[in-house]
Amino acid sequence: MDFDLMITSFPKLLGATVVTLKLLSASLFFGLFLGLFFAILRLNKNIFINKFAYGYSYIFRGTPLLVQIFIIYFGLGQIEYLRTTFLWVILKEPYWCAIIAFTLNTGAYTSEILRSAFQTIKPGIIEAGKSLGISNKIIFYKIQIPIAIRQSLPAYGNEIILMMKGTSLASTVTLMDLTGVAKYIISTTFKPIEVFIVAGGIYLFMTFIIHNVIKYLEKKYSFQQ
Amino acid sequence: MELLAFGKTGWGDELFYATLMTIAVSITAMLVGFFFALIFTPLKLSKYKTLNLVGNFYTTVIRGVPELLVIYLFFFGGSGAIMYVASIFGYYEYIEINAFITGSMAIGIISGAYSTEVFRGAIQSIDKGQFEAAKVLGINKFGQFYKIILPQMLRLAIPNLSNVWQITLKDTSLISVTGLVEIMRQSYIAAGSTRDPLFFYSFAAVLYLMLTYVSMKLINKLEVRYSRGY
Repeated sequence: MDFDLMITSFPKLLGATVVTLKLLSASLFFGLFLGLFFAILRLNKNIFINKFAYGYSYIFRGTPLLVQIFIIYFGLGQIEYLRTTFLWVILKEPYWCAIIAFTLNTGAYTSEILRSAFQTIKPGIIEAGKSLGISNKIIFYKIQIPIAIRQSLPAYGNEIILMMKGTSLASTVTLMDLTGVAKYIISTTFKPIEVFIVAGGIYLFMTFIIHNVIKYLEKKYSFQQ
Repeated sequence: MELLAFGKTGWGDELFYATLMTIAVSITAMLVGFFFALIFTPLKLSKYKTLNLVGNFYTTVIRGVPELLVIYLFFFGGSGAIMYVASIFGYYEYIEINAFITGSMAIGIISGAYSTEVFRGAIQSIDKGQFEAAKVLGINKFGQFYKIILPQMLRLAIPNLSNVWQITLKDTSLISVTGLVEIMRQSYIAAGSTRDPLFFYSFAAVLYLMLTYVSMKLINKLEVRYSRGY
């Protein structure tokens, strides 16, 4: 065991954690909206809209995240037309490519989580709202969405942890996130176990925090109060 | 389309073999995972606190740390660890383990953590009366597990195991960083030499979709088979 290496690599890895957290929070933020949007499309009665939303979530859940990042980072740059538009400013940055890929990926999973949450809301609740003369719009925003969010908290907590692990793939497109820096230190010092313990410890700590925050929220918004 | 031709002019045959490699690694990793699950599930269900702790440590660490980091640990640390063990037995030559073994071990350990959770959940949801009835009938421990618990557990575990299979299948794409030529690595090589990454990575995505689609169909059949009588 090389404890000196563990101590010296800790601040470097902690600095890289900031990149990981930035990637995570940005993709979760955009992914939540995307997921909500597609969950609502899934509930639409129009079969084309419905199938479109299903196709989106099927493709992004059925392929590895690595393929998705590579298509966006290496693949899209190949289209000549894209290079002339303003989109190129975003797409030439690995940072934004990673965020786009993560957003599309987590959006697909989130849409499934929210869809099943919407579908498990008892029809009686919506009927009660209707019989009280509340408009459909208010029923949706004030009754369905809050219940669906509470319902999907445990599954969404898992999704946050999965996404946190997913951000490690950013290191494959040259970003120096926690895993990227860990790999760099391993390949220069050839001490994989020490670096794994420190980097893995940081990841576990983040998992622990996310897990407990979700647990707290679940308790706070539980139905039996 | 000529990019996908078989033979020397296209990448068809290379990608075909790469797909077989992905399937081979996934199945090996899944089996390695079952092996780990068979060790750690009893630990997690044991009445002894220390054994529980060991089981929980395994599943918590593996499920809380990114797959890529675990793969790097195996890739950079694998031969070192083997050489250390070999040196105890007096063998000091350099040992290199091949990428297939490293990859399926790394993915297998990850998949094992998920399988352990699935088995634990399935066993816990079996009615306690089943255990007691088996005991009352005087069936020995071995028979209890293999004839009474396992068949019931499998039926409950199959839907969740199909999720584990999907995760495992998708995780194999990460082994490409170690140089094992599976779908992702082959697409990387093809994209590099033809300068057509968009086509090859999209084709890789299609291959993965086909694999997940076909395996879902097969697993559904298994599910129907195992729920006969319910």
